[in-house]
Amino acid sequence: MTTTASNPSQTAPATGVPRKRSRATPAQRRNLFWGLVFTSPGIIGLLWFTAYPVLASIYYSFTSATMVRSPKWIGFTNYAALMKDPTWWQSLYNTFYYVVLSVPIGIVVALILALLLNLNIRGKSIYRVIFYLPAIVPLVASAVVWLYVFNPQFGVFNTILGWFGITGPGWLADPLWAMPAIIIFSTWGAGNLMIILLAGLQDVPQDLHDQAKVDGAGALRRFRHVSLPFLSPHLLFALVTGLIAGFQFFTPIFVLSNGTGGPAGSTTVSGLYLFQNAFQFFKVGYASAIAWVLFIIVALATLLVFRLVGRRVYYAGS
Amino acid sequence: MAVATSTGTAGVRAPNWWLKLVEKIVTHAALIVLSVMFLIPFFWMVSGSLKTGEDLNAFPVVWFPDTLTLENYVAGLQVFPFGRYLFNTLIICVFSMIGAVLSSSFVAYGLSRIEWRWRTPLFVILLSTLMVPFYVTMVPLFTMFRGLGWTNTYLPLIVPHFFGVPFFIFLLRQFFLSIPREMSESARLDGANELVIYWRIILPLAKPALAAVALFQFLASWNDLLGPLIYLSDADSYTLSLGLTFFRGEYATQFGPLMAASTVVVIPVIVVFFFAQRTFIQGITLTGVKG
Repeated sequence: MTTTASNPSQTAPATGVPRKRSRATPAQRRNLFWGLVFTSPGIIGLLWFTAYPVLASIYYSFTSATMVRSPKWIGFTNYAALMKDPTWWQSLYNTFYYVVLSVPIGIVVALILALLLNLNIRGKSIYRVIFYLPAIVPLVASAVVWLYVFNPQFGVFNTILGWFGITGPGWLADPLWAMPAIIIFSTWGAGNLMIILLAGLQDVPQDLHDQAKVDGAGALRRFRHVSLPFLSPHLLFALVTGLIAGFQFFTPIFVLSNGTGGPAGSTTVSGLYLFQNAFQFFKVGYASAIAWVLFIIVALATLLVFRLVGRRVYYAGS
Repeated sequence: MAVATSTGTAGVRAPNWWLKLVEKIVTHAALIVLSVMFLIPFFWMVSGSLKTGEDLNAFPVVWFPDTLTLENYVAGLQVFPFGRYLFNTLIICVFSMIGAVLSSSFVAYGLSRIEWRWRTPLFVILLSTLMVPFYVTMVPLFTMFRGLGWTNTYLPLIVPHFFGVPFFIFLLRQFFLSIPREMSESARLDGANELVIYWRIILPLAKPALAAVALFQFLASWNDLLGPLIYLSDADSYTLSLGLTFFRGEYATQFGPLMAASTVVVIPVIVVFFFAQRTFIQGITLTGVKG
C-alpha cells in the first residue's frame, strides 16, 4: 500500500503510460457540461426541497420552535416529552394496529382479485375496471361516501350484515370499531396492487404451468410452486410500499374522523398527531421529533422485512 | 400428453369438460359477487345524491327511491362552488403536470443518455431521496414557503414539480435506457446538440412513459389533500378535495348534499379514466418492479 501510494508520479512517466486521472478529453468535458445542464433542475430540487428541509427538521426536533417563536436549542427535551405523552403512545398503537392489519389484508385481497382476473374468462377488462375504480377515485370523495356507507342506522353496510342476521356495530362512532371500519375502507382501494400483481402473474411462463398440470399438480400446488416464486418480487414490493404508506396514512383518517382522530382518540394515527401538533398546536419542534421517531420506526420495519422476507424472494433472471 | 389423448376416449374427456364448466361458473360467480361489493359504495353515492330527505333517513334502507330529486345538487352546489374549485384544482393539476413531465424527463436524459462522471452517484442520491417521507420535510417546507410569502398561493403546490420528481426521474431513466444508442449517435454526427436530441428524438419516442408520468402527476395533484390543507387558507382558493373536507364538516350528517358533492368530484375522474385506461394500467405496470 505505502509503496503504491508514493509511486504513481514516478512510474507513470517511466512506463510512458499517461496518468490515470489525466485531463479530460474535449468529448468528456462536453459530456460533463451537458450532464450538469440536464441534471441541474434535479440537483437544485434535491438541495432545496429535500436536503434543506431534512436538515432543518432534524434541527427543529432539538428546539422549542413554534410557528411564531424562533427555534431555541433544548436538546432531547422533545424526545423525552414524547415518551411521557400518552396520546403519542396511543397514536403509535393505532398506527401499528392499522399497518399490521391493513397491509396483509390488502395484499391478500389484491392477490385473490389478480388470480381471478388471470384466468381465461370473458369480460376480464370490465371486471378489471370495476376493481380498479376505487383506487383512482379521489380519496377525500370516497371517504365521504363511506361515511354514509358506514352509517349505523341508514347506511348500506349494516343493512347487508342484517341480511345475514348480524347486528352491525356503530363503526365510525364506536371506538372499538372505528379502526376496523377504516381498514375495510382501505381494502376497498386494493386495485393498484391488483394491477401490479396481475402484471406479475402474466410473466409466469405458461409452459411451466402446463407441465405441472401434466404432472398432476392441483390448482393450489401449482400456485404454491409455480406462480408464487415468480410473484415473490412483486409481493415484497407490495409489502414494503404498503408498510411505508401505512405508516404515513393520513387523508382518510382526517376526513372520516373530521380531523379529530376520534372517537376517543381511537383513530389518532401518527400522521394525524404529527399534523395536529404542527398545524393546530403550532408546536414545530415537537412535531419534528414525532416525524423523526416515526421515520426511524419505518426504516427499522422496512429493514426487518427485507431481513425476514427478502432472502426468500426468487428473481427469475438470476 | 400424446398417450393421454390417444387412450382417453369421449368418456374420459366428458368429465373434464364438465369440470371446466363448473370452474367457469364458480369463477364468474366469485367475480360478480366481488364486483357488486366493489360497486355498492358508488351506487350508494349516486342514489343517495338523488334521494329525498325522507328516503335518505329511512329505515329500513331505501335501495331504489321512487322519487328522484336534484335538490341535493342545488343545495350542495350553493355552498360548494364546484366550478370555482374545479378551476383551482385544474390550475394546480395542469401546471404541476407540465413541470413534472418537463423537468423529470430533462433530468432523466442527463442521467441516462449522456455519459459523464457523476451520473451514477447522482442517480443513487436522487433515488435515495424516495425514502425520505413527506412528513419529515413537511414542517420545514411550510415555514420556508411562508417565509417566501407563498402561503395561500398555488406556488408551493406547483413550483417543486419544476425541479424534477425523483420517482418520475427513476421511471423515465429506465425507459430512456431502453432506447437504442444509435438513435442519438447518428443525430450527434449530423451536428445536433443534446438539447435537440432530447427534444426531437428522445421525447417523441418516450410518449407512452411521458403519458404515464403526466397522468400520475395529474391524479396526485387532483387527489392531494395534505398540500392544499397546509398551504391554502382562503376559501376562494380551495381545491375540490379541500373544499369537500370542509363541506363535510358543515354537513356532518346531511348525507344528501354530501353525496351530491362527492358525485360531482368523482365523476370527472371516472370519465378521464375510461378515456385513458390503457395509459393508466401501463403506468401502474411501469411502476411495478418491472423497471
